[in-house]
Amino acid sequence: MALGVSKKEKIDDLADTAGVSLAASAWKRLRRSPVFLIGATIIGIFIMVSLLSPWLAPHDPSDKMLIEQVVKARNEIPPAQPGHPLGGDLQGRDFFSRLLVGSQQTLIVGVGATLIGLTGGLILGTLAGAIGGWVDSVVMRLVDVMLSLPSLLLAFSIAAMFARPSQFTVILAVAIVQIPVFARLLRGSMLAQRHSDHVLAATALGVKKGAIVFRHMLPNSLSPVIVQSTLVLATAIIEAAALSFLGLGNPDDRIPEWGQMLGDVQNVFDTHPHLAAWPAVCIIIVALGFTLMGETLREALDPKNRR
Amino acid sequence: MSETLVSVQDMKVHFPIKRGVFMDRTVGYVYAVDGVDLEIKRGETYGLVGESGCGKSTLGRAMLRLNEPTAGKMVFDGQDFSALKGEELRRMRRRIQMVFQDPLSSLDPRQSVESILIEGLRAHGLDKGKESTNKRLRDLLTAVGLPTTALRKYPHEFSGGQRQRIGIARALALEPDLIVADEPVSALDVSVQAQVVNLMEQLQEQFGLTYLVIAHDLAVVKHISDRVGVMYLGGLVEEASAADLYAEPLHPYTRALLSAIPVPDPVVEDRRERILLAGDLPSPANPPSGCRFHTRCPWRQETRCDTERPVLRELKPGHKVACHWAEQIQSGQIQPHEVQPILVEEGDGLSPDVPLVGPASVTEALNP
Amino acid sequence: MALLEVRDLTVVFQRRGEEPFRAVDGVSFDVEPGQTVGLVGESGCGKSVTSLAIMGLLPKRGATVTGTVTYDGTDLLKLSDKQMRDKRGSELGMVFQDPLSSLNPVIPIGLQVTEVLERHRGLARKEAMIEAKNLLDKVGIPDPNRRLKEYPHQLSGGMRQRALIAIALACRPKLLIADEPTTALDVTIQAQILAVMKELVQDLGTALVMITHDLGVVAGLCDEVNVLYGGKVVEKADRHPLFAEPRHPYTHGLLASIPRLDAAPGEKLTPIRGSVADNIPWAQGCAFAPRCPNALDVCVQVTPAEEDQLGRLLRCHNPVVPGTPAAEEVPV
Repeated sequence: MALGVSKKEKIDDLADTAGVSLAASAWKRLRRSPVFLIGATIIGIFIMVSLLSPWLAPHDPSDKMLIEQVVKARNEIPPAQPGHPLGGDLQGRDFFSRLLVGSQQTLIVGVGATLIGLTGGLILGTLAGAIGGWVDSVVMRLVDVMLSLPSLLLAFSIAAMFARPSQFTVILAVAIVQIPVFARLLRGSMLAQRHSDHVLAATALGVKKGAIVFRHMLPNSLSPVIVQSTLVLATAIIEAAALSFLGLGNPDDRIPEWGQMLGDVQNVFDTHPHLAAWPAVCIIIVALGFTLMGETLREALDPKNRR
Repeated sequence: MSETLVSVQDMKVHFPIKRGVFMDRTVGYVYAVDGVDLEIKRGETYGLVGESGCGKSTLGRAMLRLNEPTAGKMVFDGQDFSALKGEELRRMRRRIQMVFQDPLSSLDPRQSVESILIEGLRAHGLDKGKESTNKRLRDLLTAVGLPTTALRKYPHEFSGGQRQRIGIARALALEPDLIVADEPVSALDVSVQAQVVNLMEQLQEQFGLTYLVIAHDLAVVKHISDRVGVMYLGGLVEEASAADLYAEPLHPYTRALLSAIPVPDPVVEDRRERILLAGDLPSPANPPSGCRFHTRCPWRQETRCDTERPVLRELKPGHKVACHWAEQIQSGQIQPHEVQPILVEEGDGLSPDVPLVGPASVTEALNP
Repeated sequence: MALLEVRDLTVVFQRRGEEPFRAVDGVSFDVEPGQTVGLVGESGCGKSVTSLAIMGLLPKRGATVTGTVTYDGTDLLKLSDKQMRDKRGSELGMVFQDPLSSLNPVIPIGLQVTEVLERHRGLARKEAMIEAKNLLDKVGIPDPNRRLKEYPHQLSGGMRQRALIAIALACRPKLLIADEPTTALDVTIQAQILAVMKELVQDLGTALVMITHDLGVVAGLCDEVNVLYGGKVVEKADRHPLFAEPRHPYTHGLLASIPRLDAAPGEKLTPIRGSVADNIPWAQGCAFAPRCPNALDVCVQVTPAEEDQLGRLLRCHNPVVPGTPAAEEVPV
């Protein structure tokens, strides 16, 4: 304890520290949260695996190397064996390799759909929140209509509209479903911002309308949207899997995808549950990882926790 | 200091009460400000007092055109501020600045102090070169009593009083003629309020500012103001110099308001006669006929009070009052009597979506 | 014997991953039957936490309460939750700052009053209704029959606070704790509510603990005043000596910094420098030292003890001597 230092010096020391921005203090809180670390670790591993999977996978996921062990009539499927830790799938391809490479598709679809949905939602939400009036009414009624349909059903309908399903149609279908969620969220927080004192203060300063929207209203409305996008990543992965499961996904089964892997094995599920369990567990863990991150992010960005 | 800087003429702000989902239907109005005239001279401090729901904040915001007034105009330094549009209005805003009640919510939490202060300069092209701007920012901080190290910090890192200093520095940055301060100290701790009050007085002297101070605390307003206007339910009921208003309140409402304010002195408190008003503030959506105060007034008379709205008239030089019977009350000819409280229905005709219609002032109107 | 004896009440909040925070630090005071005692201080001084601790309303997790709160011979801190609930409704009443959130929004006012009467006073529904009407009448709510059927949102802020006082007084408690009961209200309504409380305290002989930041309210209402700063009682005296000759630099500074309605024109305010958050970052020393014009070097090194000085209880190494101006002119 520094008893010798004069009173004045001690007090002056208190005042002299550098500024910490909101983002920096949120990050500081996040780093201390064990739940966030678990989520971030899961997502980190997932991203690493999907990026490195072509090199990590012991075999080519489309090579039907174990085909001679597959006996359709007796529902025989290649079991685990040296070099193939999880055995083969219905067509004699190495199951472990397919699982690893499958993460790539999941990542592309999840991130792609979320980004497109986010962009659409940002545009609509900003229009509605910043302009207001009839633009707001029109946009929000449109959003209400979309939200009134069950999201999976809407995604099926959109995916089914395309003559030839592909990876892109899956992304688009999942993305469109997310747009109203983002738009509504952003519009709500933009409206709250519009009447906030600091926006009034900027108006009184004579700051131009556009600058107020993009410098004050939008940045301050983004926290809930950022949180939502991590949660949407989880649902997007699940919805994309559901589409593939129902055969609305990429028809090219040489490129593995977790949802599609689930769908392929539905007839042999009672005799070979591991074929469904592995991709299902992967989907659940990744979705959980994003959800954990989202929830802790929400807490960290909450201004009530700021000090 | 007799030059008139601001003149508000018959200002009215009525917020429509809307119902419906698709086609909004107007079912009534909140008469937040209903015909106010006032003048502010250059270099003086005009205090506007009243309780919540009286429309004082709405009036301040309407003068700044943060709300559009329904009727009436404000003439600022000879120009009709209410008629300005677009770029002209934006340029003119430089000369009228505002200080807000809640210093935290009025500062963008994502901006550092530096960018908060620089924003106004940029908007008006006063940001000439890095060096001069930097010097200007340092001068501003020194003027409001903050260390220059504050520039790199963020609003949440300051105490309430320091944040209010930042808010004042932001207003000062544009070298305004008029500063409208809406409850500048009421969100601060008691021990800090005096710092900000003294700072405002000092800055006024230093920069020749004109203030419009809006507050509910009559003691603060009396201390800081040269002239004081008292508002009740959207209208000005009395206007006088701060000393006159305290020494000789003429309007019954002012008398009641003054007598209700506690004084931190037991000797005074034990001797004081309180005029307790009956009942609550009537809803501004459904104001009483005639004199707005007649439903609670202990001096109410049988005639005129409930039929004829009194106008603000000059009873003595510089002392205006809106009461039919001010002379008689003053001379003791009319004595106070019992008042039966009248029921005031909360939320009369007000739908829950009203807050979306106008800014904070509507919530003020909703929560008397 | 005093009705309520608070001794060395200490509340420590502990949030995971953070330093423990002593919100209330060794607070002691007595309340005699029928007496009105004020706890005054600014935000963060621990006045509200003190009241919550007395009423047993602090969360069990994260808050450690030590010391004793003796009410009528029993230590309230040692009672079980159920025993405390019974005490709260019947012998201890409480009025909060925000009447809207203290009332149940989906139950009519009448039912909220009769509920208390039925539970704690064992009245039948019909008797309870009549008593409830009398209570509302007593706290000055016009047309009580109609008000009984209304919901909290239909009442104005002032009327809600009256209803809350009616509920708190329903069982004729011997002690009423009012935590900033008029802070959310306008001055004219505040004057009404304070008048009602004063009258009721006199009529019913209820002891009152008034918690507020407003020295004006205290000056007109309280017999004894405790000034709190940084979780400690820094000065305790009867109201007349306290306001006439404040001895603690904090009390002195507070009184010099509020504009008074009856001040002469042009009178200057003398602010206290810094803000409430300016604390010394180590355990020993006076919490007010960083802001204190009278501070000595000993002030940041040794925590002043509560001592009987100059005819009152003070925690200060260097109290204000009456008649001398503030030790130092504070820059703006």
